[in-house]
Amino acid sequence: MGRYIVSRLGITVVMALLATLVIFLIANTVPGDPVLAQLGDVAASNKEFVAEWRAKWGLDLPLWHRYLLFLNGLLHGDLGISIASQRPVFDDIAQFAPATVELSTVAFILSLVIGIPLGILAAVKRDSWIDHLARAISLVGVSSPTFWLAFIMLALFYGGLEIAPGPGRLDPIALPPETVTGFMLIDTALAGDWETFHDAAAHLVLPSIVLAAATLGLITRTTRASMLESIQQDYVRVARAKGLKAWSIILGHVFPNALIPIVTLGGLAYANLLAGAVMTETIFSWPGLGLYTFRSAAALDFPAIMGITLIVALVYLIINLLIDVSYALLDPRVTR
Amino acid sequence: MSAVAETKGVARPVAPVATRAQRWRRRYGLPAIGCAIVVLWILVAIFAPLLSGYDPNFVDVANRLKPPSAAHWLGTDALGRDVFTRMLYGSRISLTTGFVVVLVSAVVGTLLGGIAAFGRGKLEEAIMRLTDLVLCFPPIILALAIAAALGIGTFNTIIAMLVVWWPKFARLAHSLVLTQRSQEYVEAAIVAGFGPSRILLRHVIPNAVGPLIVLVTLDIGNAIITFAGLSFLGLGVVPPTPEWGSMVAEGRELVEQWWVAAFPGFCILSIVLGFNFLGDGIRDWLDPKARKR
Repeated sequence: MGRYIVSRLGITVVMALLATLVIFLIANTVPGDPVLAQLGDVAASNKEFVAEWRAKWGLDLPLWHRYLLFLNGLLHGDLGISIASQRPVFDDIAQFAPATVELSTVAFILSLVIGIPLGILAAVKRDSWIDHLARAISLVGVSSPTFWLAFIMLALFYGGLEIAPGPGRLDPIALPPETVTGFMLIDTALAGDWETFHDAAAHLVLPSIVLAAATLGLITRTTRASMLESIQQDYVRVARAKGLKAWSIILGHVFPNALIPIVTLGGLAYANLLAGAVMTETIFSWPGLGLYTFRSAAALDFPAIMGITLIVALVYLIINLLIDVSYALLDPRVTR
Repeated sequence: MSAVAETKGVARPVAPVATRAQRWRRRYGLPAIGCAIVVLWILVAIFAPLLSGYDPNFVDVANRLKPPSAAHWLGTDALGRDVFTRMLYGSRISLTTGFVVVLVSAVVGTLLGGIAAFGRGKLEEAIMRLTDLVLCFPPIILALAIAAALGIGTFNTIIAMLVVWWPKFARLAHSLVLTQRSQEYVEAAIVAGFGPSRILLRHVIPNAVGPLIVLVTLDIGNAIITFAGLSFLGLGVVPPTPEWGSMVAEGRELVEQWWVAAFPGFCILSIVLGFNFLGDGIRDWLDPKARKR
């Protein structure tokens, strides 16, 4: 067990290093000339000035040396300066991350709470109406573009029916709570401001449904397939022969054994939510990493885009590591 | 997917007698609908100029943001351009990018995965670690970074997508070829004196191609959504090219004038559903075991 975890940890560290190399190479082998982009035409025609500028930013050093400097900066939390905000990218990311984590966590819980029971029911009552319903929901969820679904929800429930609050995390007139964790629900609860808490919760409803839609489909499908697989095993027949009730067989024996594919997919789905947040946040003006990504992409703010890519890749790797470790806990055979 | 009919008999002691038409519909209904949707969109893409009298880029500021009417079936956008016409023309970019990205990365990925599985040793190690490396980035974010680095434009965005797209095919082809190469016919081909490239291309890959075809069909829809997403973020096409993702982006703040964004997005949904129905159908057809699930 210990050895297995150490070896997975080693692989993750190597992959993380390689990921930084990839980002570095994309950022440094750009066809566009960074000198021209940063200095403008006039300054770029002055040779001495350019040489000085290149020396200042270390652009005259060999590529490998620059990579080492870049790594050293990373270790100190230095991701460069955003062109658009003129602030360190790391600070920007730290400021925007909580809104995204809050939104995707709510969306993730939503898709698990609906997706797993729906998948179990669909597998147990195969070919019934509930199975068809589950299939329809997952197909539409997987097939609709997130940015469009977000728009439709907003146009329908906010613009049309006027039963949902508009974009953003809070009403424009609401007083935001003092920032402690950056999570609106936690901060308002800590401040004891229940009115703002309700407002924040109401603002979470539409974006989290939209964000959950795609993952919900995947989780339902995987749960169903995995349940059908383990429902055919011999131990189910044994349990039935012992006279156990149908639902206690399903929840007590079949479901735990069907968990591995669900955990794999669930972990990856959470990482995907962070990426899908780009679309959802853009439509809902949600001040998180997704909106920051959209703005950086629109402004071609290169340091910001690279910083986000790197952070998201690291989160991906860490989630994958956690999935691998949870295998070992769920199924001890893996470590042998 | 359409295989509901086969398993029904297990659940119920007396299976209802289905007519031939009912059986066909249960088995091929959804794939047929999917196929019809895809063919329809391909026809629309080819004959777009014949289906609408408007120019997709004709700006008519006097008629901006008009709701759907007899003159403009799906209304007009913020520049007075006809939404219906732009929607028809938008299918061209989406279909082209979807097919190009998936087919090129399927060929490249399959060859690399096949070579890795067939060559073994250091080459396999190098190719498969490269695959893992690309797969450790979320596709849309890495494509976004590369597209931003290359500059805005359809061609550059396709290149960016290709970079992130091939590894899944490489991984699938690798595992498929690994199972094939231990088969006896490969040994027979080696004994017969065929070279490795001939064995790989003429014998092994044709035998492993089924799951790859399923992935290709299901993946075209995926590629269309991703490209539309990048366009939505402003990295796909150069304005004023009509493209579904960028049309949704143009209308994203027009909650009152919902038609500007709603219809192009619905087109994406329909074509992706089409490819999903079709892909599920092909999977059932190639792998009868999956049908029972």
